Amino acid sequence: MKRNRIFEILPLLNGPMELGQGRNFWILFCLFSLVLFGYALVGSVFSLSNLAIFFAYVPMGLGLGLLWGYGGVLSFGQAAFFGISGYVYGIVAGNLISTPGGTLLAAACGVVGTMTLAAAFGYFVFYGQVSGWIIPLLTLVLSLILETFMGQTAGYQWRVGSVLLGGYNGMTGIPSLNLGSLQFSGATVAYYLLVIGTMLIVYLGLRVLVNSRYGHAVAGVREDPERTRMLGYNVNLIQVQVFTLSAGLAGLSGVLYVSWGNYMNPSSMGLLAATLPVIWTAVGGRNSLIAVLISTVTLRYLADALAVRGGEYAFLILGALLLTTMLFFPTGIVVSLARRWHVWRKRDLRMPSSIPAETNQEREDS
Amino acid sequence: MSAGPESDGENLLQIEDLTKSFGGIRAVNHVNLTLSKGELRCLIGPNGAGKSTLFSLLSGLHKPEAGRIVFKGEDITFLPPFRRVRKGLCQKFQTTRIYRGLTVNQNLLIARRDHDSSENGPLSWALKTLGLDDQGDRLAGELPHSAQQWLEICMALATLPDLLLLDEPTAGMTPDETSLTAEFAINLNAQGMTIFVVEHDMAFIRQIARFVTVLHYGCIFAEGTLDQIESNQDVRCIYLGEQ
Repeated sequence: MKRNRIFEILPLLNGPMELGQGRNFWILFCLFSLVLFGYALVGSVFSLSNLAIFFAYVPMGLGLGLLWGYGGVLSFGQAAFFGISGYVYGIVAGNLISTPGGTLLAAACGVVGTMTLAAAFGYFVFYGQVSGWIIPLLTLVLSLILETFMGQTAGYQWRVGSVLLGGYNGMTGIPSLNLGSLQFSGATVAYYLLVIGTMLIVYLGLRVLVNSRYGHAVAGVREDPERTRMLGYNVNLIQVQVFTLSAGLAGLSGVLYVSWGNYMNPSSMGLLAATLPVIWTAVGGRNSLIAVLISTVTLRYLADALAVRGGEYAFLILGALLLTTMLFFPTGIVVSLARRWHVWRKRDLRMPSSIPAETNQEREDS
Repeated sequence: MSAGPESDGENLLQIEDLTKSFGGIRAVNHVNLTLSKGELRCLIGPNGAGKSTLFSLLSGLHKPEAGRIVFKGEDITFLPPFRRVRKGLCQKFQTTRIYRGLTVNQNLLIARRDHDSSENGPLSWALKTLGLDDQGDRLAGELPHSAQQWLEICMALATLPDLLLLDEPTAGMTPDETSLTAEFAINLNAQGMTIFVVEHDMAFIRQIARFVTVLHYGCIFAEGTLDQIESNQDVRCIYLGEQ
């Protein structure tokens, strides 16, 4: 019985809703994963720690890719959920610091708490039939309100148990995730492996999801909500579910982030932080998970490298990149490149094969 | 030519005193209508007669101000659209509504929800008859217009409906394609599917040649067999006179 289940899931990994279905893609993917894991053996703890934090943002980016690219709902709320999860984790973990498994419970509280809030928010937005272009504004406001609220929590009166919320200075001294004696703090190999493993599982899991019948229904809601409703789907419920899941993924990134830096502050829910996931998703190509993964890591790296050299110029450059993408690569840079490559290779081999995964992009191009 | 609904007498759909206005206009005005199981019913009427409004009341896209819709003995007047589909009432829209960016197979995958497609005899028959069974990997948006219409009918069939609502299924089709669609509807009906069809095209209505309901200004103007309707002077006046 269990074996059958596995055989049902495997084809979904390679379905038409995501780029990269050929043998070459999977060989590259496995090589890339192996290199990432192998790097843990040779890399210095410092470089591992630097690399890990880029990958820690991948679940948040993929969450938005699912919500926006597949579900058709643009949200600036990922930062809010990232922040809430980080704060909730900090509060619970800080209070349960001497309890065994306390940080794991805290991580669960962070993610589940975030999803609960997202489900409530999503319920009012989607069951209230709020029109599509209002949702980005509502979610942006959610992020900004939370930033403002957390910003005024300075002082001793703002504490939960023994944990101070910290106002604009942020919450400090948040314990890292730990499992017995195994510490997943920023500068450890264990943390690096945890992040890489989590990211790969999230990617593959979402791949299965978008290729499943449910994932097709999600795309159906994006393409034509009315038609999907008239095929017997509870469209509002699907939207709330996808919104909640994407928030949970942002929450997962939030937990990974605080475990890495032991620190959370309100600006992680601010205007800039709220915009970044949208930039990652748009620049890579929102209709493909792998594109979002690649651009999230690349742009995180780029922002980091630029910040070291030129401070705030990093954001100017990211903004310019977003503009360039929207003007010249409306389907995203990674997706455009993948398509060019397919076309080029097809012409080269004179292979009359179809590439259904790119259908969405082609539609939008025309 | 069949006279009246040939059925086992069981009512599948009952519309009682249904009313819906937009602004000051009564688009559907106290309509009473009964559909028996296994029936193939045509609904005609001039432009703006309220045919499409009546359909959207049936499928739940609009809510009526008064009246009742009873489907399979159950009041569904205020049921949300997706619940009606799950109860077995599915509609093909007037303007073709398919997922153009997805392939034919993906369209059908979404449409059949958690049903097992191999158990859906009418669907596989329909795909074959309409020449869609070997188009699975094609983009739905790339299909010719008529095939897109047929695909939407197949998608409606994939939901395993008891009652199929077809809103202008032959709009924009050539006479040959219209004739094929009419043939298809007759055969589908012969397999036991109850079909309620709105159509402008009189060639289609004549080929189907079943019980016809004429809607005019939101009211039922006349009902009867094709012969009766065609020989009705008043109907000719408002509608067929244009032919």
